[in-house]
Amino acid sequence: MARRSNTKMVPVPSDSIVPERDLGRAPVLETKHLGIDFGGLTAVDDFNLTVGATEIAGLIGPNGAGKTTVFNLLTKVYQPTRGAILLNGKQTADMNTVQVNKAGIARTFQNIRLFNDLTVEDNVKIGLHNQVKCGTVTSILRLPGYWKSEKRAHDRAMELLGIFGMQDVAKHQAGSLPYGAQRRLEIVRALATHPSLLLLDEPAAGMNPSETSELMETITYIRDTFQIAIMLIEHDMNLVMGICEGIAVLNYGRIIAKGTPDEIQNNPQVIEAYLGKQ
Amino acid sequence: MMNLLLNLINGISLGSVYAIIALGYTMVYGIAKMLNFAHGDVIMVGAYICYCSMSYLNLPPVVGVILAVIVCTVLGIVIERLAYKPLRSAPSLAVLITAIGVSYFLQNAALLTWKSDPKVFTSVVNLPSLSLFDGRLTISAVTIVTVLANIVIMIALTTFTGKTKMGKSMRAVSEDNGAAQLMGIDVNRTISMTFAIGSGLAAIAGVLLCSAYPTLMPTTGSMPGIKAFTAAVLGGIGSIPGAMLGGILLGVIEIFAKAYISTQLSDAIVFAVLIIVLLIRPTGLLGKQIREKV
Repeated sequence: MARRSNTKMVPVPSDSIVPERDLGRAPVLETKHLGIDFGGLTAVDDFNLTVGATEIAGLIGPNGAGKTTVFNLLTKVYQPTRGAILLNGKQTADMNTVQVNKAGIARTFQNIRLFNDLTVEDNVKIGLHNQVKCGTVTSILRLPGYWKSEKRAHDRAMELLGIFGMQDVAKHQAGSLPYGAQRRLEIVRALATHPSLLLLDEPAAGMNPSETSELMETITYIRDTFQIAIMLIEHDMNLVMGICEGIAVLNYGRIIAKGTPDEIQNNPQVIEAYLGKQ
Repeated sequence: MMNLLLNLINGISLGSVYAIIALGYTMVYGIAKMLNFAHGDVIMVGAYICYCSMSYLNLPPVVGVILAVIVCTVLGIVIERLAYKPLRSAPSLAVLITAIGVSYFLQNAALLTWKSDPKVFTSVVNLPSLSLFDGRLTISAVTIVTVLANIVIMIALTTFTGKTKMGKSMRAVSEDNGAAQLMGIDVNRTISMTFAIGSGLAAIAGVLLCSAYPTLMPTTGSMPGIKAFTAAVLGGIGSIPGAMLGGILLGVIEIFAKAYISTQLSDAIVFAVLIIVLLIRPTGLLGKQIREKV
């Protein structure tokens, strides 16, 4: 099985740990007492987490613990009821989903949400949207600026698709790809928005063990190449324990444990949340 | 034989007008998931603007058309901004009723401004008719211009949605609004743009319609509006080629029904065709079959 990462994790104020190599840089994400209520139901409460600038962080927990809700809060799909989110040290309280994306958070979805009618390449180009500057008039009239920016977008899209060796299917419709390839395309599309924090919601769902171990390599490769932080929700413990450096465990909307893979695996509270009282 | 051909050409021409209007319905539906029933009345406003600039200001027809397009584009953006944007998260019934309200508002505003007496619209096309087969077949210039305009608009729009960044974002938003936002697409801007394009096209449709059928009244837009909506549904609402196909089919059916069956029954026949098509293909001719997930 995949090698366990042996990153040295060090504690930071906010009661979290980050990789030692990230100490000199501001954390990419810091949440303070983050919480949301749906009517009378508290879905997430007192969520405090710090993610280092190049950390691969895991968010795990039983079904219904509020993991995807945390992602929705971070991306402002939901407005938090309480608490603060700091992205690269900046408050995101006044931002909407689009602005948060521009500020550096990109994500994938638990149930794949590609633009199925667009080609694979166009899906990636939608992600590149914010970086390629070319006005509508320029594009319709096919001014020289159009070809230049089109060429740049094409090259960049191909480069990103290359991470997963998907250049061959660039002209295919996204909806026609097999399941595993759609999951990979979602990651490419998210990467295209040039994030500093990439959120992956169950990236290995529905993958077989060999696809999963390939994905583990790729996630690490993406972090190493782009020097970004990645936070993932995953039920596959081989993946989580194999590549995550810091892990937070969520149960009933609250963090019940934070630590390195070894600490989490031996934490009695975590074992209880997953397996019940002994 | 010549009659049949003439009717077919007239049908395609009327259908082209329906198709251009239907584009506005179908694009707005695809992107904002709402039925903009005020769309028909934007046509009427466009026709009035063109009429005024030609009759009162004595401007050349081309300038009149351009003015109409500009005014309607702005009108479309303003309507969306004031009437529909505040209802973005409201139930669709509320938006539908608002759209009907906007429709009445536009009709009554036109009634106040231009009064109820019908205006005689002078055609914007001052070209001689085309005579074919030793004069046995005469096609008016408006008919030809309408069909040509439709073809140009279709090509331009297909290029726009297929090739440009804005066009691609429109398709992305129409497919998954939420995911598009998370990819950094400004959905409000995209919707605004859609209304702008749809309303600009409505102005062209209004001018072409009134050039062929020169009576202009505040209610001029409502029947073509409903027919174009029917065309959009017939072709598969949300689909741009569907609007084209639905519009042309509807126009041809209408003219043929008028010519060979009954003038009074022509509208009934048009709507009967719609009902039959929807019974067989509920999503319209080119509409996507929606798969239920189990």
